[in-house]
Amino acid sequence: MKIGIVCPYTWDVPGGVQQHVRDLAETLFALGHEVSVIAPADEDTPLPSYVVPAGRAVPVPYNGSVARLAFGFLSAGRVRRWIREGAFDVLHVHEPAAPSLGLLACWAADGPIVGTFHASFERSRALSAAGPILQSALEKITARIAVSEKARRTLVEHLGGDAVLIPNGVTTERYSMAEPLPGWPGDDGALGFLGRMDEQRKGLPVLLAAFEILGRRRPRLRLLLAGPGDTGEVLARVSPDLRDRVVVLGMVSEADKVRALHSVDVFVAPNTGGESFGIVLAEAMSAGAPILASDIEAFRRVLLDGRAGALFPVGDAGALAAAAAELLDDAPRRKQLSAEARTAVRAYDWSTVARDVLRVYETVAGDTTVVETTAI
Amino acid sequence: MYHAALNIALITAVVVLLGVYVSWRATRIDRLHVRLETARAGLDVALVRRAAVALELAASRLLDPATSLLLAAAAHEARIADADNREFAESDLSRALRAVVEQPGFRATLAAREDGAALLEELDAAVRKVAYARSFYNNAVTATRAARRKLLPRLLHLAGRASLPEFFEIDDAPPETSADAVRSG
Repeated sequence: MKIGIVCPYTWDVPGGVQQHVRDLAETLFALGHEVSVIAPADEDTPLPSYVVPAGRAVPVPYNGSVARLAFGFLSAGRVRRWIREGAFDVLHVHEPAAPSLGLLACWAADGPIVGTFHASFERSRALSAAGPILQSALEKITARIAVSEKARRTLVEHLGGDAVLIPNGVTTERYSMAEPLPGWPGDDGALGFLGRMDEQRKGLPVLLAAFEILGRRRPRLRLLLAGPGDTGEVLARVSPDLRDRVVVLGMVSEADKVRALHSVDVFVAPNTGGESFGIVLAEAMSAGAPILASDIEAFRRVLLDGRAGALFPVGDAGALAAAAAELLDDAPRRKQLSAEARTAVRAYDWSTVARDVLRVYETVAGDTTVVETTAI
Repeated sequence: MYHAALNIALITAVVVLLGVYVSWRATRIDRLHVRLETARAGLDVALVRRAAVALELAASRLLDPATSLLLAAAAHEARIADADNREFAESDLSRALRAVVEQPGFRATLAAREDGAALLEELDAAVRKVAYARSFYNNAVTATRAARRKLLPRLLHLAGRASLPEFFEIDDAPPETSADAVRSG
């Protein structure tokens, strides 16, 4: 299939939408499809061969914050030419309600158009003001996808109509293999934590409390912590006699994050709530780490009611300590959890997600390709 | 006897003079407040006008929809902002207008379209008038505040219960391409 994908935000600036587009494009490419992506980018930015630059994005206030967007006659002209020359079977527009390339592409094209909505917000004055402008462009979208329940609700409330739900994918392959950090996990047991250390909801205090109990019973057990937050502040919360067994990595690179996941006997996700999906959990599952997680709804679902990872009552340090001790003493169980996790996470893998997206393409694609619109 | 009469006359003269002075000061403050109110009304008119032209441009179908959406959103925010957020919203509209108008080729492309040149001129005028009106208003604020800060008006409450006027501070720099491009275009 010949697929044209429109990314509204600057290609080389990190962001959820850009990452999504990149993973989707590369997965589709690997499946043998012909993919072209148009995205805002400076002329001199090094780009993958499948990305066509649409000129640079301009910082401009929109919907309460300053966003870097590509708009105007020049960008519109480039999108138009890309559509004309691409002769795509399907045009896939991301974030078509943002004043950027996605909207321009809807405006310039006729034919099978798929739109994916990423953003979610409580309310948007911008969208309520823009109804008529957006309407004619958005009406051209044949199939609508939302990446989360929240994004879907935003769409229903602000623009009307509905969308099918296809969540973000995880590139599980990126996590599956890695060399453990030197000296880890060792023979005496190691627990791990990944996430913001200074955010209560991520639950680090619960894990530290559990380590106070467990660290005394197991005099050589170690704890590996990685994520943004103040290292000194974290260590200050650990009793002095346990401190030398707590290793705080702080912010780590993507590669070191994967290595950290391979460096522990039990990966603990002590979150106390607020997770909609738990991307960290999916990454740990991809790495095949034996998981011990809070029994919150999102985690219970991802871990298949405890089959792909053990669960403990939310916020209960004593229960965490007991469950961790059990897992540390039971190597066969850890191995089984690890295998189950690797299998379960495939449902969230990009290859699965891309297959669903392809099904959407096939539903809307017809005999004709996407053409440049004749009506203005 | 003679002395007493002279004293009374003198005291009377002083009281009368003082009364005249105080009344003159009160009139001046009153006049300043009138000027202030007029300037404020003028500023409101200019701001509303600018938002209206931005909306008109957004709805004109002369622009691409992304630009239209940006302008419409910014103008709408500026129009509905309450007193606390007005300055932020108007500054955002200035920035959005600059981001749009300063794009390479924007003026030439728009001017080449039917009604485009006229709308551009309206926009330039509206943008300029906001800067003028704001300067006049802030001048009036400065003068009023200075007059009311004096001892006598404060002691005698000459300004009544009117609250001290606030400056209106926004980013209202016009698009950089404005003046010369208009003349050459």
